[in-house]
Amino acid sequence: MTGDGELRELAAKQAALGEVAGAPAADPVNVPMIRHWLSAMGDANPVYLDTGVAPPAMAQVWTMQAPVSGDRSPVNVMMTALDAAGYTGVVATNCEQTYHRYARVGELLTPATRFTDLAGPKRTALGVGFFATWVITWYADAGEPVAEMLFRVLKFRPPEKRAEPYPLRPAVNRDTAFFWEGVRRGELRVQSCADCGELRHPPGPMCPRCHSVNRAHVVAGGEGVVYSYVVHHHPPVPGRETPFVVAVVELPEGVRIVGNVVGCPPESVDVGMPVRVTYRPMDDELVLPVWTPRES
Amino acid sequence: MRTLTQEQVEVGSVLPELSLDLTPTVVVSTALATMDFTPVHHDVEIARAQGSKDIFLNILTTMGLIERYVTDWAGPAAVIRRINVKLGVPAYAGDRLSLRGSVAAHAEGEVTVEVRGMVSLGDHATGTVTLVLPAGQP
Repeated sequence: MTGDGELRELAAKQAALGEVAGAPAADPVNVPMIRHWLSAMGDANPVYLDTGVAPPAMAQVWTMQAPVSGDRSPVNVMMTALDAAGYTGVVATNCEQTYHRYARVGELLTPATRFTDLAGPKRTALGVGFFATWVITWYADAGEPVAEMLFRVLKFRPPEKRAEPYPLRPAVNRDTAFFWEGVRRGELRVQSCADCGELRHPPGPMCPRCHSVNRAHVVAGGEGVVYSYVVHHHPPVPGRETPFVVAVVELPEGVRIVGNVVGCPPESVDVGMPVRVTYRPMDDELVLPVWTPRES
Repeated sequence: MRTLTQEQVEVGSVLPELSLDLTPTVVVSTALATMDFTPVHHDVEIARAQGSKDIFLNILTTMGLIERYVTDWAGPAAVIRRINVKLGVPAYAGDRLSLRGSVAAHAEGEVTVEVRGMVSLGDHATGTVTLVLPAGQP
């Protein structure tokens, strides 16, 4: 991926090329295209057809063409490099047209483009991006400039698509934070007593065996068997599709953990079924430990 | 059609508002009249797949409508010198474009009109149009 410094270097090179001539218009300035344009715009100004001149804002229309593949014009080289660097979004920000005179019917216009400036990277509402500016001048047959246009676009890096937030959040507090921290790292943590070593789940402030409040945790192996389960059909639960399985899973470490069994039809779940923990992203932030069938 | 003369215009003069229904026909026919065949200006499915709500006006048309707006007011003998536009929110099919303007400067025969084109999402285009008006009868 091209770095920002390299992009600026490439921009300076394109600007140093100066004005680069484009292909002349396919057709001379003509009455049918002017009439079509006036009709579409709803413009009733009679001056154009009465005096044989084109509406000045049509300047660019005369040289519009389908994008040519392999076009190595300075603007296109720059746009391609910005795309490759991840700045794939584009939005035009400024269009400034100056008309030296109105183009006359019968004149053939030829455009020439000057890449003038690349500014950035800048933080914008659409994302981080570069402002690229160029100027197109349209010349009449004798090389006389008729109109020019400054055009500026923002090439931006589209922000990552964010998933809909999952509506249910686990209660994370001082007793349970270690568990959710583990989930984020792909560890199934079980609370242990720092004094007698007894494991307990769900987490709590005091050891039920020796009454110590000194806590630690171990990382479980991630395997278990279904100790008990229900298939939830009703009522509906926000963010979930019914039916789903809620199981109590017994770990070989000696504790039981509540979680969903996924990755199999609900009717295939049974008491004694061997399962393995897996981690399912529910949205951009929340990951839940869930259980999937494993071969015994 | 009459044309305003330099004497008839003063700083602060307000242009009559122009309000346009941006029907799909307007969006598509203007895109084609400006030789712009980019699909987002005529193909709803492609426009939506690219994250737009609908097809939307192309920039050449925005420039053309602003030119029309000012010459509707100034008359056929007015000569347009410059149109400078800052582009804002898209003007989608189904929306309404309201153009408003007022005279911001008037010096040495040149009149500068400030123009603002609004749609339901906010400013679609804001900028200035500079033109020359004929002198009145002595």
